[in-house]
Amino acid sequence: MDYAAQQIINALSFGAEYALLALGLAIVFSVMGLVNFAHGEVIAVGGYTMVAFAALVTANPLIIIVGAVAATALTSVALERVAFRPVRYADPTTGLLTAFGVSIVLQNLFLLFISPRPIAVTSLYFLDAPVMVFGVQISSLQIFESVTTVVVIIGLVLFLQRTTLGLAMRAASLDFEMVRLTGIRANRVFALAFLISGLLAGLACIFIMARRGSVDPHFGFNPVLKAFVACVVGGFGSLPGAVLGGFLLGAVEVAMLVLLPQEYGGLKDAFVFGIIALVLVWRPDGILSPAKEKGDKL
Amino acid sequence: MLDIQNLRVFHGPIEAVHGISLSVGTGQCVALLGPNGAGKTSTISAICGIAQASGTIALEGADLAKVTVEDRIGRGIAVSPEGRRIFSNLSVEANLRIGGGIRADRENVRADIERWFDTFPILGERRAQPGGTLSGGEQQMLAIARALMSKPKILLLDEPSLGLAPRIVAQVFQMISTLRAEGMTILLVEQNARQALQISDYGYLLNNGRIQAEGTAEELGGSKDMMAKLTGLG
Repeated sequence: MDYAAQQIINALSFGAEYALLALGLAIVFSVMGLVNFAHGEVIAVGGYTMVAFAALVTANPLIIIVGAVAATALTSVALERVAFRPVRYADPTTGLLTAFGVSIVLQNLFLLFISPRPIAVTSLYFLDAPVMVFGVQISSLQIFESVTTVVVIIGLVLFLQRTTLGLAMRAASLDFEMVRLTGIRANRVFALAFLISGLLAGLACIFIMARRGSVDPHFGFNPVLKAFVACVVGGFGSLPGAVLGGFLLGAVEVAMLVLLPQEYGGLKDAFVFGIIALVLVWRPDGILSPAKEKGDKL
Repeated sequence: MLDIQNLRVFHGPIEAVHGISLSVGTGQCVALLGPNGAGKTSTISAICGIAQASGTIALEGADLAKVTVEDRIGRGIAVSPEGRRIFSNLSVEANLRIGGGIRADRENVRADIERWFDTFPILGERRAQPGGTLSGGEQQMLAIARALMSKPKILLLDEPSLGLAPRIVAQVFQMISTLRAEGMTILLVEQNARQALQISDYGYLLNNGRIQAEGTAEELGGSKDMMAKLTGLG
């Protein structure tokens, strides 16, 4: 029983992390139609900021965390301004290639100017302590992760439902041109989408760093891959879909870890992606893909 | 209010409108009529700034050539586009809130939304429903109300009767008539020439990207051959 509870908490915790990552991709995609593969490097910027703060500024973990989240948010907004804004109205392929380009450039900057080797940050280990909850031992990191994701989702829902800019972002996912025709500034909506994406990258970075304890130039690859898969499963462009996809991916991963015989352990990812493929056979556009609806012309 | 001179509109390499000139005076309702493909919607797109264009578009004497789409709306242009383009994933109320999104007077925005719900009780009853669940006529009313939420100086209406049942078309034209009576400046793009001219001060007949005739309803009604040919109005 304890084992089952432990695995459910594991699935929720992994799912929460993937949901945070997927939301970061989905919020930009929903507004701009861009799959921002540079999102992983934004997360890496957070990791390197932690390294810099820990080495040069302070050992206070709270300041390190705030610094990392601020750095990812600023980096995301800066990338929008410098790299993505010029190709905003270009063909989607151009945006995709730009994202890959930005990702490669940032990885090479990390390699050239920081280090090709992993750099350890031990400041966040305190987040990962064993805690007994109803007789089940779990990691405090799992609690932080799940609580943070729930708070973020509630905050995002309130923002998207209660504020004009939030409504504009939701409307933009359906018909961006019409949003402009109501006078709401495109630049503001795009910048806000990237700001939120950057904040989510920063939060995800905290949990990944607390678990891994080090950052390297390819730090962001695996998270962005997971985020991409979660978005595809949930339905690209759908924010609830991103959350659902994240939790589903977390659940399937943990289920495969638990259910696969030890000799097939190396095939875990193959089974996970096989199940994802089956889901996509059932729902080719993702489980909660947004409806495509638009007027004739203008 | 709105003065257009030698307007040419391009969709990529294709020129859709070939140097038309028209004007809409303050408080006037001007109809831009013509068959499918005449260039009516292209003209509206150019006025809004979303289509590539050359020539002069001036609002209250100020040239809009270098003004962004958002700033044109900020300066007082509002559009109810062809196909209505309601944000179907948002509630009726949220659609109206976005319409008033550029206004600084938040309290008045709320009051204006309530006013629209009083004007169109059916929208009020469905204020929490997604816009996409409304009927065509209700969506058209919502699209016009959304456009008016920005408190515009001029309202561009693109084919407001398109795809609606005759009874609903009459309601929509009644709404436009009321707006005109309240002093709203309107550029009305329509294929339904007969009804459009009934509520307009002046009309332009557009075909193949060129203005073929212009005048008051009486004058245009006199050019029966051309009217019949272009719009089906005998």
